[in-house]
Amino acid sequence: METSLEAENKVLKKRISELEAQLAGHSDRPLVTSQKSHPPPNIVSKGEVKLSLEEYKRYGRQMILPEIGIEGQMSLKQSRVLIVGAGGLGCPAAAYLAGAGVGTLGIIDHDTVENSNLHRQIIHSTSRVGMMKVVSAVTYLRDLNPHPNYVPHIEPLTTENSLRIMAEYDLVLDCTDHPAIRYLINDVAVIMGVPIVSASALRTDGQLVVLNNPPGVGPCYRCIWPRPPPAESVVGCGEGGILGPVVGLMGVMQAIEAIKIITKNPVRDIGRTEMTLFAAYGASPFRSLKMRGRKEGCVSCGSPERAEKITRESIEDGRMDYVAFCGGRVGVQVLHEGERVSVAEYQEVVDSGVDHLLLDVRDETQFGICQLAGSLNIPYAEFEALKYEDSEAEEIKSKFRDQPKDRPVYVICRLGNDSQIVARQLKEAGVFPDDRVFDIKGGIVEWARSGVAGEFPEY
Amino acid sequence: MGEQQDPSPNGIYSKPVSLNIEFSGGLEMLFSNQRSHHIQMPAKGPSKQPVNIGFLVRHLCENLMKDKRKDLFVLEDRIRPGILVLINDADWELEGEEEYLIQDGDTILFVSTLHGG
Ligand SMILES: [Zn+2]
Repeated sequence: METSLEAENKVLKKRISELEAQLAGHSDRPLVTSQKSHPPPNIVSKGEVKLSLEEYKRYGRQMILPEIGIEGQMSLKQSRVLIVGAGGLGCPAAAYLAGAGVGTLGIIDHDTVENSNLHRQIIHSTSRVGMMKVVSAVTYLRDLNPHPNYVPHIEPLTTENSLRIMAEYDLVLDCTDHPAIRYLINDVAVIMGVPIVSASALRTDGQLVVLNNPPGVGPCYRCIWPRPPPAESVVGCGEGGILGPVVGLMGVMQAIEAIKIITKNPVRDIGRTEMTLFAAYGASPFRSLKMRGRKEGCVSCGSPERAEKITRESIEDGRMDYVAFCGGRVGVQVLHEGERVSVAEYQEVVDSGVDHLLLDVRDETQFGICQLAGSLNIPYAEFEALKYEDSEAEEIKSKFRDQPKDRPVYVICRLGNDSQIVARQLKEAGVFPDDRVFDIKGGIVEWARSGVAGEFPEY
Repeated sequence: MGEQQDPSPNGIYSKPVSLNIEFSGGLEMLFSNQRSHHIQMPAKGPSKQPVNIGFLVRHLCENLMKDKRKDLFVLEDRIRPGILVLINDADWELEGEEEYLIQDGDTILFVSTLHGG
């Protein structure tokens, strides 16, 4: 009896000193090495990883799954996952991975929380509007599970920092919102030999694909999308809209794929890549597509002999211009200053009582949300479709058949891009006197923000 | 759509093929806001060759696509970058891309890649 107590005492004392050393950051020794067959009662070790009694309870419901088990839980605790983007995808993905007990969770983002994020970016909150997203995320995640090591990266992912940052991780989740950064993540992940769990969402649709998995075997982003889409075909959630649970679902699915990769689920058919499509309003919402394999000629993951092969050096030297590759995003500027009025100038027109036509070119759904008094709604799409017609001018004229032609016209849209294009079309079609067609700068959003007409909803 | 029967040189009539054409990721907006279309198309092209995906894409542009913004679907005579083509749910690269010969009953899905997050 005494001997076993003494032995236990000795073990505990040793452990206390080891823990103290670790706390001071000087210990790189496994805490429990000689005890493999008889670990202390509250510790199970696997290399340097161990679970506390609290963690046994916390992760119990997933550990009893044969797909996870104690081995899977240890793998999770040893894993280092980077989430790029703390938005609609990154929020739920981060929550589930933190909850599952990932050892190190890095989050990179340089945006602040806005209240228009909150319908989908569920780990941020109303009280944290204005806070850096990464800080907000870590606040939530620490409260959810204090065990993981959270690494905040408050910066954009760039060609300068991406190699350094990604070197610290074993798996990356692409939760971003633009092709330029998706190509960057891909190229760096391929160089680092890290799998990518990639997802995206827009409106009521989502897409999910696991790339470079296993590294050097599965296809990469460039194998599937060797050429970027034309910049004008890229639509973001701000313009196109997004249903919260749709992007949430895709983020949750990213967490599932990440857990499968980390716990090396043997069910996964190595070398076969599937893409999952989700369409909330589709006849069969989930669809699994069989994708091509890795391509020998891929400039990212293909044969190293290729001259145009992307390397660590070509990224570090700044030779890779991802924004230019994807065509950048150009603001519309098709009118000169004299053809545009500010929201304040338009308010003066209204106040002066001058008879005029206010043409709102937002789509019917947006027009239904809020509109200015007396405005005529003809959606931009109708004008855009006419650009390809020989009869463009005639058809535009017929739209205004019933309108008097002797009064000024003001064109408004949501942000002030579409309205410029329509104003230009009206001028060219000669529907109204050329010098009396104006675009309202900044559109409905600027109208609301400026408060020139008192309270007005911004969406 | 088009001719229902197409006399072949040796006098045998080739039946039209029935296809399911599907759009996803926003492409449906270019096709009357409809995700799924059942179409019939001649099984042979003008020079009596069996029709392939390349032929189908031109056929869709001319007959099914009411939207004038053709360059959102086809650029320089090819499917525009960012659109995946799936033949019976398999990447068309696995099936020979534009050269794949259309079979009666095939489902051809066009997916516009999404970038939002
Ligand atoms: Zn590749």
